Amino acid sequence: MAVVEIRNLTKVFKAGTPGAVNNINLETKEGEFLVLLGPSGSGKTTLLRMIAGLETPTSGEIRIGGGVVNNLTPRERGIAMVFQSYALYPHLSVRENIVFPLKAQKVPKAQHQQKVDWAAGLLGIEKLLDRKPRQLSGGERQRVALARAIVREPRVFLLDEPLSNLDAKLRASAREELEQFHSRIRTTTIYVTHDQVEAMAMGDRIVVLHQGEVRQIGSPKEVYDDPADTFVATFLGAPPMNLLEFSDVIVGFRPESFLPIDLLGASGTAKFRYKVNYVEYLGAERLLYGAIEGGRFESKEIVSRLSWTMTATYDPGSVHEFAVTESDLRFFDRHSQKRTHPRPFPWQ
Amino acid sequence: MPGGNLPKFGVSALKYAVLAIFAVLLAFPFYWMLIATFKQNIDLYNTDNNPFIFNLPPTLDHLKLLFLETRYVRWLGNTALVGVIVVFITLALSLPAAYALARLTGQWGQRMGIGIFLTYLIPPTLLFIPLSRIVAVLGLQDTIWSLVLVYPSFTIPFSVWLLMGFFKSIPRELEDAAMVDGLTRFGAFFRLVVPISTSGILTVVIFTFTLVTQEFVYALTFISPESQQMVGVGIPIFLVRGDVYFWGSLMAACLITSLPIALLYNIFLDRFIAGFTVGAIK
Amino acid sequence: MAVDDRKVGVFMFLPAVAYIVLLIGAPLVLAVLYAFSDARIGSVGFHFVGLENFRSILQSPSFRAALRNSVVFTVSSQIIVIVASSILSIVLEAPFRGRKFVRFLILLPWVAPISLGAIGWKWILDSIYSVITWVLVWAHIFKPYSAPMWLGEPGLAMASVVLVHSWRLIPFSTVILLAGRTSIPKEVPEAASIDGAGFWRTEFLINVPMMAPIISVAVLFGTIFTFTDMIVVYILTAGGPFDSTQVLPSLAFATGIQGSDLAAGAAISLFLVPVLIVIAYFMLRVAYRAEVA
Repeated sequence: MAVVEIRNLTKVFKAGTPGAVNNINLETKEGEFLVLLGPSGSGKTTLLRMIAGLETPTSGEIRIGGGVVNNLTPRERGIAMVFQSYALYPHLSVRENIVFPLKAQKVPKAQHQQKVDWAAGLLGIEKLLDRKPRQLSGGERQRVALARAIVREPRVFLLDEPLSNLDAKLRASAREELEQFHSRIRTTTIYVTHDQVEAMAMGDRIVVLHQGEVRQIGSPKEVYDDPADTFVATFLGAPPMNLLEFSDVIVGFRPESFLPIDLLGASGTAKFRYKVNYVEYLGAERLLYGAIEGGRFESKEIVSRLSWTMTATYDPGSVHEFAVTESDLRFFDRHSQKRTHPRPFPWQ
Repeated sequence: MPGGNLPKFGVSALKYAVLAIFAVLLAFPFYWMLIATFKQNIDLYNTDNNPFIFNLPPTLDHLKLLFLETRYVRWLGNTALVGVIVVFITLALSLPAAYALARLTGQWGQRMGIGIFLTYLIPPTLLFIPLSRIVAVLGLQDTIWSLVLVYPSFTIPFSVWLLMGFFKSIPRELEDAAMVDGLTRFGAFFRLVVPISTSGILTVVIFTFTLVTQEFVYALTFISPESQQMVGVGIPIFLVRGDVYFWGSLMAACLITSLPIALLYNIFLDRFIAGFTVGAIK
Repeated sequence: MAVDDRKVGVFMFLPAVAYIVLLIGAPLVLAVLYAFSDARIGSVGFHFVGLENFRSILQSPSFRAALRNSVVFTVSSQIIVIVASSILSIVLEAPFRGRKFVRFLILLPWVAPISLGAIGWKWILDSIYSVITWVLVWAHIFKPYSAPMWLGEPGLAMASVVLVHSWRLIPFSTVILLAGRTSIPKEVPEAASIDGAGFWRTEFLINVPMMAPIISVAVLFGTIFTFTDMIVVYILTAGGPFDSTQVLPSLAFATGIQGSDLAAGAAISLFLVPVLIVIAYFMLRVAYRAEVA
């Protein structure tokens, strides 16, 4: 049974301007970790806030657990939310922060202690219960925010970019904690981020959003290997997919598919003469930046990603024979930017 | 919506009702001043007439009396003169002081800043008696120069506090770059920081001016002759003959004097709040 | 920080500090000296008289009334101001059309010079021509000419003074509380709402505690402005009827300047100091807490 269903949801902030969210349809699967991924302005946070009840939709329907919730206040929707800044109550101790939703929902006092202990135990913050938020580190604050969210045993978890306020080092470990947390709890979770690495690492499915519209919904593998349009193709993966524009078709191939021809063989591949402009050495891999020789793409930057096992030298200025296996080519309609079926490579 | 367990329509209506009540209660005396300014005396002093409307046609008599037969214009002039001079003195002293405290003296500077601010809490009603003596000894009794001397004592602390907050928001790198380019510290202050602080300076000018126009105790204590008085004291004290108040002209004077100050204040309100609350709000 | 910088710094703030020391510090010291002397306006020297001034004013019923009134007026008006400005700050928080104009209206009592606002009220509360009286007569609550004298009867006069003080301070307090309210990160009340808190719970358990430093600032300033003010009383009632509205500052003025008894006036005004010290202490605490947080 789908826990959260979105039907034709639209949000227009100012009449006459394009909507922040345009006619979105979505269904979560029970217990899944669903990521709303998109650049800023894509509508992902607005969408999340509408699910939470913090913004009113202009039109469309939101259902949680089968019932329409459009007219329900946040407290009545059975959801819990973790904000980007965690929004911990600064004047209350960690324990009081976690108890707050229980008091607000009039949970009998006798149960408070046990629930707080359970939530704190789940997140390993038992020792922090008497501290104030300002005495906690970023990672600890995230755990408290999660404890406060889980203590009510909500039907849905909503997370609004909770990792973006952490510094880079902390982000990786906090991300891991979130993943472990989800696998323990298994509550349906909707997670907003602009970071495609996070989305790929954490999501069971990813909803790629752009300018208020859904571009693709799929598992990480699906959105990466089978992008529905050029936006999804270039948004996921860094460095992004290389795109070559022809008169009626756009051909794309990922940097890791663009390899020296001696690694791929001559049959079943599209071949290129590749001039290397500069090289980035990143330890486990190298990135080559260059251009395709002898044709109209000489000013277009093409990236190749070589793993550390490929030891040949590529000096700036040198030209090499590179190729892409045909099955790794992706084709997009030039006018609609959408994915079309494979066809013979239009060049050579 | 947060806090939404009250019916939406009811809340809006309640909100507007509360706002209306407060707006009326607070602004009512000024409406009253407006009406009284233009009401003929026969109408004004007739308790049978509805006071909220003009029962007889409005008149300019009170305004004429105010401008032509009282010293009101003179008081305005006195106040303006004192205001301008005090603004200059205040700026000349507070700008460098605020800069020094914001930039140059570290922890100590912060403490001194609070110290200066605390002096703002020493009221005129505590100091006016000894100051009246000092003013007399200096021979400034009954002149506006007594006020020119004394007013900066309360305009400077507030201005220093305001400007300190303002200077702190200017990135240090600007002055560092200037000093690398060859300016001295004072040069950097004078040629770089001051010119870009026009908005802070303007705020200080406006508030110093309003503080001067609102002051009452010192003006009342140091100055007796009607022609030397400030407008805040002149109006309540001198617009009477014997026991009889010229209410029409009085109200006119109040209104005309208050409105420009009100307009100026509104424009600079946010800065003003910052001056009071810097530190308490992070 | 270069040593050079420090020198320049001292040089830059010395003039301001000197001004303050000379025009606030020196008079303060002088006030204390006067309080222990027999100085009068017009007298040349003065002699030390020990606690004589204090003894005599403490016995004076005028003084006792003034001291009591100062406290009563300040506390009453502060209570009214806090309640009113809290309500107003809630109502003004969300933007709406005409908000700037409403703000302008609401600010008027604070921005107008105190003396002018007071004289406006004097007219409104006039014993014969009061518009309040007119409305009450029109509503048949009073018979004509039998309405109370708002500034002429002790109880009513006191209420009037408290009213005018509150009227003047509500805008100031509202504006400060509003600033405090908008400084609460939006996500915190939203989190409370999601956690299940309704309007009252969010307001009293979340917003108010988070605004505590700001509320303190508003109360502390409001207290000072009321406690040390002589203008409202001087203009509305001149302390009467029968000293029922006399307060410490207006009594100090009446005694020291109008009565020429500088020493007694100074002694009376010194009674303001304990309250000021207490307030200064609390302000420092608020500032310290804000730095630590």
